[in-house]
Amino acid sequence: MTKYLTTIGLEFHAELKTKTKIFCSCPTESGGAPNTHVCPVCLGLPGVLPVLNKAVVELAAKAGMALNCEVARFSKFDRKNYFYPDLPKNYQVTQYPLPICRNGYIEIKDAQGQAKKVRINRIHMEEDAGKLVHSGSSLSDSSYSLPDYNRAAVPLIEIVSEPDMCSAEEARAFGEMLRLILLYCDVSDVKMEQGSLRCDVNISLRPEGTDELGVKVEIKNLNSFRAVYNAIKYEEERQADMLDCGEPIVQETRLWDEQSGETRSMRSKEDAHDYRYFPEPDLVPVVLDDEWMEHIAASLPELPAARLCRLTEQLGVGEKEAQQIVQNPPLAHFFDALYDEVKDAKMVSNWLLGDVSRLLNDSGMEFSALPLDAVDTGHLLSLLKQGAINQASAKQVLEEMFTTGNKADDIIAARGFAQISDSSALEGIVAQILADNPQPVADYLAGKKAAFGFLMGQAMKQTKGQANPAVVKELLTKALEA
Amino acid sequence: MPITDMTIRDMAQALEAKQFSAEEATRAHLERIARVDEKIHAFISVTAEQAIAAAQAADQRRAKGEVRSPLDGVPMALKDIICAKGTHTTCASKMLESYVPPYNATCWQRLEDAGAVLLGKVNMDEFAMGSSTESSAFGPTRNPFDLDCVPGGSSGGSAAAVAADLAVYSLGTDTGGSVRQPAHFCGVVGIKPTYGRISRFGVVPYASSLDQVGILAKTCYDAATVLEIVAGKDKMDSTSAPYPVKAYNQFCDSDISGMRIGVPKEFISDAIDVEIRQQLEEAVTQLRALGAQVEDVSLPHTAYALPAYYVLATAEASSNLARYDGVRYGLRVPAGNMRDMFVATRNAGFGTEVKRRIMLGTYALSSGYYDAYYNKTLQVRTLIKQDYDTIFAQGFDCLLTPTAPTTAFKLGAHTSDPLTMYMQDICTVPINMAGLPALVVPYALSSQGLPIGLQLIGSGFAEEKLLAVGSRLESVRLLPDLDE
Amino acid sequence: MMTESKRLIEEQQTEYVARLANLSFSAEELAAYTKDLESILNYMQELNTIHTDGVEATTHVLPLTNVFREDCIGDCLPNHDALSNAPDSEDGSFKVPKIM
Repeated sequence: MTKYLTTIGLEFHAELKTKTKIFCSCPTESGGAPNTHVCPVCLGLPGVLPVLNKAVVELAAKAGMALNCEVARFSKFDRKNYFYPDLPKNYQVTQYPLPICRNGYIEIKDAQGQAKKVRINRIHMEEDAGKLVHSGSSLSDSSYSLPDYNRAAVPLIEIVSEPDMCSAEEARAFGEMLRLILLYCDVSDVKMEQGSLRCDVNISLRPEGTDELGVKVEIKNLNSFRAVYNAIKYEEERQADMLDCGEPIVQETRLWDEQSGETRSMRSKEDAHDYRYFPEPDLVPVVLDDEWMEHIAASLPELPAARLCRLTEQLGVGEKEAQQIVQNPPLAHFFDALYDEVKDAKMVSNWLLGDVSRLLNDSGMEFSALPLDAVDTGHLLSLLKQGAINQASAKQVLEEMFTTGNKADDIIAARGFAQISDSSALEGIVAQILADNPQPVADYLAGKKAAFGFLMGQAMKQTKGQANPAVVKELLTKALEA
Repeated sequence: MPITDMTIRDMAQALEAKQFSAEEATRAHLERIARVDEKIHAFISVTAEQAIAAAQAADQRRAKGEVRSPLDGVPMALKDIICAKGTHTTCASKMLESYVPPYNATCWQRLEDAGAVLLGKVNMDEFAMGSSTESSAFGPTRNPFDLDCVPGGSSGGSAAAVAADLAVYSLGTDTGGSVRQPAHFCGVVGIKPTYGRISRFGVVPYASSLDQVGILAKTCYDAATVLEIVAGKDKMDSTSAPYPVKAYNQFCDSDISGMRIGVPKEFISDAIDVEIRQQLEEAVTQLRALGAQVEDVSLPHTAYALPAYYVLATAEASSNLARYDGVRYGLRVPAGNMRDMFVATRNAGFGTEVKRRIMLGTYALSSGYYDAYYNKTLQVRTLIKQDYDTIFAQGFDCLLTPTAPTTAFKLGAHTSDPLTMYMQDICTVPINMAGLPALVVPYALSSQGLPIGLQLIGSGFAEEKLLAVGSRLESVRLLPDLDE
Repeated sequence: MMTESKRLIEEQQTEYVARLANLSFSAEELAAYTKDLESILNYMQELNTIHTDGVEATTHVLPLTNVFREDCIGDCLPNHDALSNAPDSEDGSFKVPKIM
C-alpha cells in the first residue's frame, strides 16, 4: 500500500477585543436581541461610509508582533465582492495585496519532540459577517432565514499559515499555541465554542516520494481543537482510501459533522470564487511610523515561550510544571504575583499545582475565578517558609481562605496555628520531657534510634502541635548528646 | 422682483428687510412648482408640509434675532440621491422607490442646521448614471429653455429646478460631469469642488473615488455662499479633507488682473460645436480685457480620461450597487430561494443603463481582466493627475475649457447608443479623474436659444480662484421663457 | 485549431458576468448587452495605446492616511428603525427566503 504524506495549512479568524465595531460605533458585545447593535453604517444603508477604529489597527499589529510577523508600515483595505444575505453590502471590507502583517511564525514541537517553525503567511484586518438563523432543523430543510446583523462588522483578524504542518498533532499544537499567544496578548477572547476564534483547515495528501502537492480540500465548521484534530484524522483516511482506489480528490469545501465524526461535502451551488477584489475607495491607507510601532511593541506582554524559559531556566521550575503553568494565563499571572511575595518558585508551583488546583477542581472553578488574594496567599506561604506555621496548618488555612475569603493572619490567630520556633521557649519543654521519660532516653543512648521519634512526639503533644519540629529536633539532639 | 426670481443674496437681504417672510418665499416656490413643474418634471417628490414648517421655524428665529446663516429660510432642492431623514430618497430608481433613510447626509445636515428649507427631492439619471436625466425610472426632466431638450445629467432635476426658478439653489452630485454638464445645458452656475471638499456621507454612491457633491445656483456668489456652509471635514467620511474652509463669496467679483489662465488645446477640437468654441474665444478676449494673462497649454493624457473613467466608475459602481438585493431595504421581488430572489429583484429594480454599467464594471474586475482594465486605469489616472499637477506647478491659476461638446440635445437623441451618450462627458471626466475643482458659469445663448456654459478648472482646494474668475465671466442670468 | 476572433466578449462571458452580478437576461437581452459591452470595450482598447509600465496606480486622489475613530460606543438604531425599510421581517430580524 502507498504511504501518503499530509500537508496542512490553517486559517484562523479571531474576533478582536474592541468595544466597538471596525467601521462604526456600535458595540461588539454579543448576546443582544437580533438587530439591536446596528446602525446605518453596519447595516450598509445606501450612502454610508466606513471610518476605521484605531484600536483595531493596534490589536492587529500587536498580534502580528507576538506572532513574529513583519508589521507593514503601509497597508490598505480592499473590497471582496460576493453575494450572501449575512453580508450587508454584498462585499466584505478586508485587506488583499497589502495586509497589516506578513511573514511570521510559531514554534511548535514535531513528532520527534524537535522544535519546528510553522510559518505564518499573513495577518489581515477585516469585518465579520452577520448571522443567519435558519428555520427548520438544518439548512437544507429550512424554509426561510433570519439575518441578524449584530455581528456584522465586528473586527476580525485573519491569520493564514503556510502549509507547513504534516499531521493532526502538529495542526493542533499550532492552533493551541496560536490561541495561547493571542490570549496572552489580550487581543481576542479566542473562544472556539463561541466563535470568537474560528479555524479552517486546508489539507492535501500526496504519495510518499513525490513533490507535487495533492488536491486541496478545505474543512470548515470546526468548533474546537479536538474537532480540528479529529477532522484531519478523518480526512487523511478518507483521502488515502480514495487515492488507493484511484479516485480523484475533488477540490471542495467540506463541513465537519461533530456528531457523526465525518466531513461532508457542502454541495452548494456556490458562485464561482471570483471575488473581484479592488482597493476600498472609502478608506484611506494605514501608515505605522516608528513611534507608533514602538508604542504597540511596548504593550506586548511576556509571551508563552519566553515565560516557559524563565520558569524553567531562571526559576528552576520543572519542565512539566512550567508547561502546566504557562498553558493557563490566569494561573501564570497568579504564579508571578505569588513568586514576588515568596521568592521560592518551587514552593509556589507546588502549592499552585497541588492544593490550589485541587481546591478549584473540587469547586468546579476556573483559575480565572480564583477567590484568593496573591499577597495574602504569599504571606501564608512565607509564614510556612519561616516556620511560623506548619505544613498541615498552612493547608487548613489555605482552604479556609479559599472558602471564606478571610485573611490568613486572622485564621491563624483564631485557630491557634502559630508555630513555636523560639528555642528559648522550647528548651524548658525539652528538658521536662527528658526528665519525665528516663527509659526512652536510656534506650536512645543505648543505640535505639527509634526512641528519638517517641521523644519528638511527646514534645509536639506538649505544644499541641505548634512547636516547630525542626527546632525541637535540634534541641533534643543537643540535649541527648550533651 | 418676483420672489422666485431672487438669488440667495437677494432673498437674504429681503428677508432681513422684512419685505416678505420665509414662509411666503417658500409658498411662492411651492406655488410655482405646482404651476410649472408639470412641464419640466424636475421634482420626484415635493415636501410641501415640512417645507412650510421649516420656513415658519426660520421666521420665528428671525423674529428672535437668531438667524443662522444667509441660507436661513431660503428654499432649495436636493438631488434624490442625498439622504434626508424621513424623506423618500429614490435615486430615481424603482429599486429605492419606497426607501426612506433613517439618517441625514452630512451635506444636508449642515444645510438644515443653517436653516435651509427643503422643497423636495429632484430628478436625476438612475443612480446618477447618465448625462440626460432620461434614465430616471420616473420619467425624464425637460430643459426649461426648450422642453424638447434634455436638461443634461445626471443632476438634470437640480439644474432645471434652479433654471426654472423652482428652487433658489440645489445640491447635485458630480462623478464625471453630472453637476457641470446640466449647469451648462440649463444656463445656471454649477460647481464641483475638489474631491474631499464636501462630505460624501449620506450621498448614495455611484463611484466612490470620483463622486463629489456639487452646487447649482443662479450666481457664483450664491454657489460660493452655499459652498462655505456645506464644505469641510466630516468625521463620518474618511476621505473628506481636513483643510480649512474659506469665505468663498468674499472672492467673487474681485480683481483678476495678473491671473494666469490656461486654455488646454486638447479640449478644443472639431468634436466641439463651433458656437461653443466661438464663445470660448469671446471669453478669452474678455478675460484679457480684465487683465488676465491667457495662454495655450497642453494636457497630453486628456484623451485617455474617458475610457479610463468608464472602467473605474463602472467597476466601483458594480460593487456599490451590490447591496440592492431585496434583503434589508428597497424593492423585493419574491422568489422561492435566496439567489432567485436576488436576481429577480435586481432584474426588476434596475434600469437598462444601470445594468449595463454594473455588467461593464463586473467584467472589468473579474478574474483575468483586472490588470488589463482596472489597474491600467489607476495608472492612467496617475498620468492624468500629473498633467494637471505640472500645469498648476507652472503658476497657472485656472484653466478655461468648454463644458461639453454640444448644447442641450433633444430627448431620445442618444438613448440608442450608449457610447455617444458617454462622449457627453469628454470635457468633464478628466477633472474627476484628477480630483480637482471645476466651475461652470453660464456665458451666452446659442443661436438656437440654448445656454452655453464655460468650465473653469482649478488646482486642488483653490475653489476661490474659480469663483473669482467665474464671477467676472458669468453672464447676466439667462432666463428661459416658459410661456406662462 | 483556434480561429482568429476579434470579439472582446462572447455571450457566454456576458452570462458569466451577469451571474456574478446577480442579474439574468433573456436571449435577446443577452445579445443586446453583449453587443453594447463589445462596443464599449472596443473603445476602451484605446487605453492599450498608452505605456504605463512602472507608473504608480492612483487609488486615492488625496494624500490622506490614518483617518481613525476612537473605540467609543455610540448610539445604535432602535430595532424598529433598523427594520423600517425591510421588505419582510419577523421577530426583530430581516427575513429572506431559504438559502438553498
